[in-house]
Amino acid sequence: MPSTPTRRQPERAMTAKTNATQPFADRLDAAAESLPGGGRPWLDRLRAEARAVYRETGLPGPKVEAWKYTNLNRLRRTGFAADAAPAAKVDTVPVGNALSIAAHQAVLVNGRFRPELSSLPEAGDGVEVMRFADALAREPSLLESRFGRIAPPAGMPLVALNTALATDGLVIRFRKGKTAEMPVHIVSIGAAAGEPVMFQPRLLVIVEEDAGGCILESHIGTGDGIYFSNGVAEIAVERGAMLRHYKLQNEHPSAFHLATAKAELAERAHYESFVLQVGGRLARNEIHAHIGGRRVECRLAGAYLLRGEQHVDNTTFIDHAAPESVSRELYKGVLDGTARGVFQGKILVRRDAQKTDGHQLNKALLLSRGAEIDSKPELEIYADDVKCSHGATAGELDDDALFYLQSRGIDEDTARGLLVDAFVGEAIEQIAHEASRTAFRQVVEGWLAEGRSKNQRDGDSEA
Amino acid sequence: MTALLDIKNLHVSVGEREILKGVDLTINPGEVHAVMGPNGTGKSTLSYVLAGREGYDITDGTITFMGQDLLALEPHERACMGIFLAFQYPVEIPGVAGTTFLKTALNALRKYRGEGELDAMQFLKHVRAKAKALDISDEMLRRPLNVGFSGGEKKRNEVLQMAVLEPKLAVLDETDSGLDIDALKVVADGVNAMRSPERSMLIITHYQRLLDYIVPDHVHVLVAGRIVASGGKELAHELEAKGYAQYADAAAA
Ligand SMILES: Nc1ncnc2c1ncn2[C@@H]1O[C@H](COP(=O)(O)OP(=O)(O)OP(=O)(O)O)[C@@H](O)[C@H]1O
Ligand SMILES: [Mg+2]
Repeated sequence: MPSTPTRRQPERAMTAKTNATQPFADRLDAAAESLPGGGRPWLDRLRAEARAVYRETGLPGPKVEAWKYTNLNRLRRTGFAADAAPAAKVDTVPVGNALSIAAHQAVLVNGRFRPELSSLPEAGDGVEVMRFADALAREPSLLESRFGRIAPPAGMPLVALNTALATDGLVIRFRKGKTAEMPVHIVSIGAAAGEPVMFQPRLLVIVEEDAGGCILESHIGTGDGIYFSNGVAEIAVERGAMLRHYKLQNEHPSAFHLATAKAELAERAHYESFVLQVGGRLARNEIHAHIGGRRVECRLAGAYLLRGEQHVDNTTFIDHAAPESVSRELYKGVLDGTARGVFQGKILVRRDAQKTDGHQLNKALLLSRGAEIDSKPELEIYADDVKCSHGATAGELDDDALFYLQSRGIDEDTARGLLVDAFVGEAIEQIAHEASRTAFRQVVEGWLAEGRSKNQRDGDSEA
Repeated sequence: MTALLDIKNLHVSVGEREILKGVDLTINPGEVHAVMGPNGTGKSTLSYVLAGREGYDITDGTITFMGQDLLALEPHERACMGIFLAFQYPVEIPGVAGTTFLKTALNALRKYRGEGELDAMQFLKHVRAKAKALDISDEMLRRPLNVGFSGGEKKRNEVLQMAVLEPKLAVLDETDSGLDIDALKVVADGVNAMRSPERSMLIITHYQRLLDYIVPDHVHVLVAGRIVASGGKELAHELEAKGYAQYADAAAA
């Protein structure tokens, strides 16, 4: 970072003020003492770097191009408790909010693994789920070559914050040549009662050569306090391996959810991501897929269903750094109330990535006048023999379609529901794993039903 | 006999422009009425107003259906009471499977009428025979509603919906246009099969040919927003021979 001493000087002089405007900076040193694995030089170095990066940048502000449409002031203004552990008084997984699916289950409460709520796979299931500290003790090399390497802190303040503060995390490994039958479901529960709390879920996924598997994430909340989940996932899909990675963001309506996933895709790797965002007050999901080998297939799909005053951002970056790979991206958004959606999708095709085939599309449906979508699709191409396209649309429900349905006896709310469901369905259909697709459909149906009962209540109170 | 549908002095405008300028029309149970008239005279407008589409100002007149003020009802309520419009241009709805749509519609109607809802099996049983009679395959039924259907397929699909929903008053807006001769027979047979002393029809068409198959009790000529002549089925033949020129004066009056 080419920062001149003259610029640095005043910043040092205003340390107190800087800390005030850069939340969480004051807790970095205290945390450093108590993190698992301390004393390992590589890990200490990584965490020191993370602290330095975060101190330097703090939470990204609106002047940072990538954060132009998502303002973190609301987060900045919220004061968080020093420790999220005391608030984590959860002894059952709240039903109804997470994906409903038969799977191995790993439960985190405020970022901390809870073995008694989890049911992890056993030897022979083709997949291992380890707690970060256990993996570190048992197989340090597994982590050393990947942790903080797939998603290095440099230039990524939220990744830096997570790396500097994460007290726990999960390591999931799919064994070479094996296909795990049953998905692994990570249920991350945010629990806050009084004072707001923050936590740093951390995930490392390794899909070894020619292995295959499916990971689901449900991010949900309980209690009525504010919490901030700042997650980081590092994903390595090795040669010829396949990972299906599906995420539900269904956080508490007052929650902050920021998450960054970085996927490193080797030759012939197949990575399929789906993200459904329905929850949270302010949320952003970032996916960075790095195509590092030939003939990779990278599919990113997602949907965001928003109402009230929600602000939800989907930011994706597909980096084609190797030839002959395919990327597909389809996101669909439905926005009601005064909700605001953001979609930023960038495809970079480097000079050597000849024969790249990349398509990206974001479509938004605005159900009310107050709703707003900002779409920023971007193509940056340095290779000459490629097939790439991108697009973004925003529109309203088709009045003719609505009337056609009504003219057959279907009331307006149901008719709207059918049309919205059909619109979102195109994205849900991208989920290749059938049981997961069903589970996500249920969430969409729940969201629509919630809207109908809300309309009815509004109608009643008007009458 | 009390009329099923009674339209009195109906004036309808879109924006500043008056399209229907005082239409009177009475349809009794079991009767089939045909409305003919040049392009742009307000035939589809009349059908949309009956079905309750937004965007039309009813500036004067009344419509009574089964003794009720039709204009006070929402579109879906009108459908539940038994009004069905076969659209001149059926709408394509991507992502909504034909079967899902039709089952939702049928169950909405059944619920309104106090009948139990049909499950998937009962529904298919109800639909299959009717679809077969109209040459509509299971595959076509499952496809997204009308998406990629040919003009003729869309029209047959409209008639299937009518057969499944069993309305009291079916308004067919140019259901014959775009049909080849064989399809016309299939559709006409479908419509004729629905004729009953309790069911009335309002058939909008440009061609007397359709009326050879579906023989109307009454024929009306709509010109420039007014019914300028009414008669029996022979009126359709006369129009076919002479055209609408003879009514130009009546319309201007
Ligand atoms: N929404 C609208 N906005 C503006 N003009 C309209 C609208 N709907 C109908 N019109 C006009 O009203 C007139 C009557 O239209 P309508 O569709 O009822 O005619 P039609 O008799 O059904 O004609 P056709 O035989 O061609 O189907 C036309 O001049 C049409 O342009
Ligand atoms: Mg017309």
